[in-house]
Amino acid sequence: MFKSYSELNKALSQKETTCVEVVNAYIQEIDKRKSLNAFLEVFAESALKTAESVDAKIANGTAGKLAGFVISLKDNICFKGHKVSASSKILEGFESIYNATVVERLLAEDAIIIGRLNCDEFAMGSSNENSSLGYVRNPIQEDKVPGGSSGGSAAAVAAGLCLAALGSDTGGSIRQPASFCGTVGLKPTYGRVSRYGLLAYASSFDQIGPLTNNVEDAALLLEVMAGKDHMDSTSSSREVANYSKPEESGKKRKIAYIKETIDSDGVDPEVRASVLKSIEQLRADGHEVEAISFPYLDYMVPTYYVLTTAEASSNLSRYDGVHFGYRSESAKDVESTYVASRSEGFGPEVQRRIMLGTFVLSAGYYDAYYTKGQKVRRIITEKTEEIFSRYDFILTPTTPATAFGLGENIDDPITMYLQDIFTVQANLYGGPAISLPMGNHSNGLPFGIQLMASKFEESKLLSFSKELMS
Amino acid sequence: MSNYRDKYDVVIGLEVHAQLNTKSKAYSNDPNEFGAIPNTNISPVTLGHPGTLPKPNTEVINHAIRLGLACGSEITKEMHYARKNYFYPDLPKGYQITQDTTPICTGGKILIKKEDGTPKEINITRIHMEEDAGKSMHDQDPFDTLVDLNRAGVPLVEIVTEPEMRSSTEAYSYLTEIRKLVRYLDICDGNMEEGSLRCDANISIMPKGSTKFGERCEVKNMNSIRNVQRAIEHEIDRQAEIIENGGTIHMETRNFNAVDGTTTALRSKEQAHDYRYFPEPDLQPLLVTQDQIEAIRSELPPLPNDLFKKYCEEYGLTEYDATVLTDSKGIALYFEQLIAETSNYKAAANWVINSVKSHLNKNAQEINEFPLAPKAIADLIKLIEEGKISNAAATQRIFPALVQAPKKSALDLANELNLIQESDEGELERIVQSVFDNNPSETERLKGGEKKLIGFFMGQIMKESKGKADPKSTNKIIQKLLQ
Repeated sequence: MFKSYSELNKALSQKETTCVEVVNAYIQEIDKRKSLNAFLEVFAESALKTAESVDAKIANGTAGKLAGFVISLKDNICFKGHKVSASSKILEGFESIYNATVVERLLAEDAIIIGRLNCDEFAMGSSNENSSLGYVRNPIQEDKVPGGSSGGSAAAVAAGLCLAALGSDTGGSIRQPASFCGTVGLKPTYGRVSRYGLLAYASSFDQIGPLTNNVEDAALLLEVMAGKDHMDSTSSSREVANYSKPEESGKKRKIAYIKETIDSDGVDPEVRASVLKSIEQLRADGHEVEAISFPYLDYMVPTYYVLTTAEASSNLSRYDGVHFGYRSESAKDVESTYVASRSEGFGPEVQRRIMLGTFVLSAGYYDAYYTKGQKVRRIITEKTEEIFSRYDFILTPTTPATAFGLGENIDDPITMYLQDIFTVQANLYGGPAISLPMGNHSNGLPFGIQLMASKFEESKLLSFSKELMS
Repeated sequence: MSNYRDKYDVVIGLEVHAQLNTKSKAYSNDPNEFGAIPNTNISPVTLGHPGTLPKPNTEVINHAIRLGLACGSEITKEMHYARKNYFYPDLPKGYQITQDTTPICTGGKILIKKEDGTPKEINITRIHMEEDAGKSMHDQDPFDTLVDLNRAGVPLVEIVTEPEMRSSTEAYSYLTEIRKLVRYLDICDGNMEEGSLRCDANISIMPKGSTKFGERCEVKNMNSIRNVQRAIEHEIDRQAEIIENGGTIHMETRNFNAVDGTTTALRSKEQAHDYRYFPEPDLQPLLVTQDQIEAIRSELPPLPNDLFKKYCEEYGLTEYDATVLTDSKGIALYFEQLIAETSNYKAAANWVINSVKSHLNKNAQEINEFPLAPKAIADLIKLIEEGKISNAAATQRIFPALVQAPKKSALDLANELNLIQESDEGELERIVQSVFDNNPSETERLKGGEKKLIGFFMGQIMKESKGKADPKSTNKIIQKLLQ
């Protein structure tokens, strides 16, 4: 299969293949790797229909800049006329009646959407084991988790079941699975990509982003998806740069790395060694790399959980068994419709977070938790921005270690929550962050290195990432 | 009626919800219209479908600022939206987008009338923006409650007063003023029966002369201003009865029953919702500039209280006349146009209050359906002033003919109906002289100073002239001929 869009594009324009052939080939690949449980549904019919029309456009020279780009969607992004469930029983059988803005934009440039991908229920999880539709296997070692919550997205791209996938990232849900599966995973700046049509987990953290085989494809997809959307008032009206044609390559950069993220006992020694080696290489290449201290590391995950669960408890109120989605058979009146439908429809992790969020917002506890959480978030944002006033990037491992075994952490939510320790910072301050597949562990598994940049510095981040990977 | 009520003072605070008459809903493009076929104005945003986001409608913000400026409130420059979380089948998202700690308007006053007619200021605590829920209908189907989501997302402002009203009459007056105000501002149609204006009342009583408020009850579901008054009256009796019998009032929410005018408990304080308000993360904080505020201020229409003052103080009208003229915006605007054409304010007021309003009442019309332009009334006033027609002819003959034929001029109609008064001195002198000649003895007595005979002569002259003699000129000629 193709490893980049430029390869595919070349093959299409030189008439070595057609979109229909490409889609059929991917459908076969998906079928071969069914055991991964990455795809919840293959949109074979609509994908082939689109492929035909894109082939026609290529023939008459009117095709868009993603012509034939075969993409799949995390199962929390709306595609009109197709099912969307956030891998939850509560949305069993639910079909979206509108397109997410990102879907509109991808389709307008003639991308082909081939299916929807398994994820942790409502994007809550770090292993893709919280799906009501079964866990996803890591394609590199099938007894390992693919990471989460965009586990299906990372697995599908790593296994070559589509050229790219969209994921969503609230605390690391694109970057952590990208690290575990060895793909590129980009979380854009909050507000860079419209959230309209993304099933909300935590509205002030969520961003849609691409998981790809290489930096170029991520840049191209971001370029198409980014920009002001009148349906999302939190989307930014800042101009969208030509991410796919970086202008400022070859510059010498100032990079900070947070000492605590390297020194921490929780970091796998090989991961640590690899990061240190990368640092040496960067220095050797003429970049300035300095260790800094960031004493807020321990506060990041708790802050993240207080604020995201608060927002989630409200965002998930609409799943009540009344208007759409799952309704319990034992619903007799209004009260039992709510209680039974929600108790049966939501999985245990989602229920845990709804309860936690309801608690932190409740009268008497609001100030102690929610208000304090917001204050800490503000401090972390300020301190992070301070770093970016002196450095171009912050470098960390994406994850403390490589993918863990299926079932290994399932009964230990705290260990699971600590998966996000290096990734939540970007969601707390809202800046862009990317996981690059730079590491290969002796255990045979890949792992990523994360780069964070100041808000709306995607251009700089992507051009530097491209240089690092080349 | 309770025997004890005279021992207590009542304390009332009101919360009024006014549906704003914007073209589209508060956070979506769906049309905001009353009476559409159920569940037709429902985009995915209104339905609260997964992935949808709210989109603020600036018209809502402008309406709220209009109201705040009209009340003399302070307009908040930087504010955020909040979510109010609760489950209800007509609330598709499971939360309402509202404002909590930063309402768009704070402070302000509404001028009302006390029972004895004297004015009183009621302070406004806050005005905030929110969205309406859908409508649950319990009487459309024998088994199920049906939900119409057309109303979900319709913009509202909530106007909260300080607990400063001391009788049901004051509450009545307050609501009348609020309704008048929102109609003048053209931000809400003010219709309580259709629910576009709704009121919850917080009511407590305390021993007469006390300054310490009693525990309050909140009464809901009163769909007319009269019912708010009835609910308050009932609560005074009910609460007094409980206290006099040794009981205590507990804070609770009560439901008003329109059939018998009573209230019944809905939920106690312990059962009250914890709405878990928090800042709405899907909407950016809202910034309002002084320029925006001034632009809105410059477009404010004349307000009823200002007009009332102007009519009494500058135009010398009675309070009664001023009240009637400012009661509805349409009448007031008509009067304003009329007095742009004539400076005879008293005559203009009489015409509007008597002829115009009774025509409207008789025909069940609104002022905007009235066929005559203010200019036509001004013409009538002018003809009377010039002595060309009599007041009686104008009101009883010409006005009714004019509304039937609004394209004709008043003067033409007066001519057609042969109602132009005789003020031609030669002709009048001839008539007066002939009346004198026909009544020599009465003429002699008049000459002798018997002033009461003037009436007799006037009658005769009118008869002779077929009612067209202008009384003023006639009088002058009588005096002249007598000398």
